Amino acid sequence: MVSPVLRHVTERAQLLLPIADDELVLGWRNSEWTGIAPFLEEDVAFSSIAQNEIGHARALYQLVAEELGTTADELAFDRKPDEYLCSRFVELRFVPDWAKTIARHYLYEQADERRIRALMESDDTEVAGLAAKIDREEIYHRMHAQMWFDRLQDEPRFVEAVDELRPLVDERGEHTPEFGELWEEMTVVRRSIAGATW
Amino acid sequence: MIWEVFRQERKGQPFAHAGSVEAPDAEYADWYAREQFGRRGESVALWVVPREAVHEINEFVDELERNYHRVDGYPLKEKLKEARERAQASGTHNATI
Repeated sequence: MVSPVLRHVTERAQLLLPIADDELVLGWRNSEWTGIAPFLEEDVAFSSIAQNEIGHARALYQLVAEELGTTADELAFDRKPDEYLCSRFVELRFVPDWAKTIARHYLYEQADERRIRALMESDDTEVAGLAAKIDREEIYHRMHAQMWFDRLQDEPRFVEAVDELRPLVDERGEHTPEFGELWEEMTVVRRSIAGATW
Repeated sequence: MIWEVFRQERKGQPFAHAGSVEAPDAEYADWYAREQFGRRGESVALWVVPREAVHEINEFVDELERNYHRVDGYPLKEKLKEARERAQASGTHNATI
């Protein structure tokens, strides 16, 4: 049975939910580095990027929620694991492998740029407007990813990670085994106090 | 490597020292400074400077105590008090200085 929030699915929902789910799950994964990044300045920076991604997810969920008559929170946390539309790529757990984390960050930002740019051309003016806003923040994520790429591009572990992960970008379908665990943790509080308002 | 960061709160205002960031090169320093001192709209501009580029001067020798070079060289309070006393002693009425 489909979760109540997904009973009516619109074109906008089909377009935006995979992106919002990617941003939420990647933000979640990247936030696993908070407090344990290789050095403090990067800890602050990477955590901030993770938080931005979750912020983008929130804004996208809100646009969808308005149409579906639900809320961003319900879309983010009250679906069953198999109803999430994120890619397998963003689900993978890399802590404590910084090379893989940065390789994914770099590849994701490249793919995300193309996707956001396409949304900016959308006929749906609300979608185009939000995409433009998101893009203005993503510019700094891309700068950050590029900066790390330039620094690590001769590092064999990093090159290997990029080669290994490149084919996985945007691979969708069956979720990875670690997604189940992520979903458990991500939704545990809401599930433990069902129906609560915060 | 340590970079000192100066921030300007509003256009036209002087830059003030905001703090420092540690970063391997100028590009990272810019990015980290932006994160630490610009993300919440608290700055309109930043100066990011390698710590070695900042010259600190902290010795100001005044062997002969030429206090007339300083703004506090002439303590006015003392002089006013003396003037009042003089005026009272001489019995004149211009002691309202």
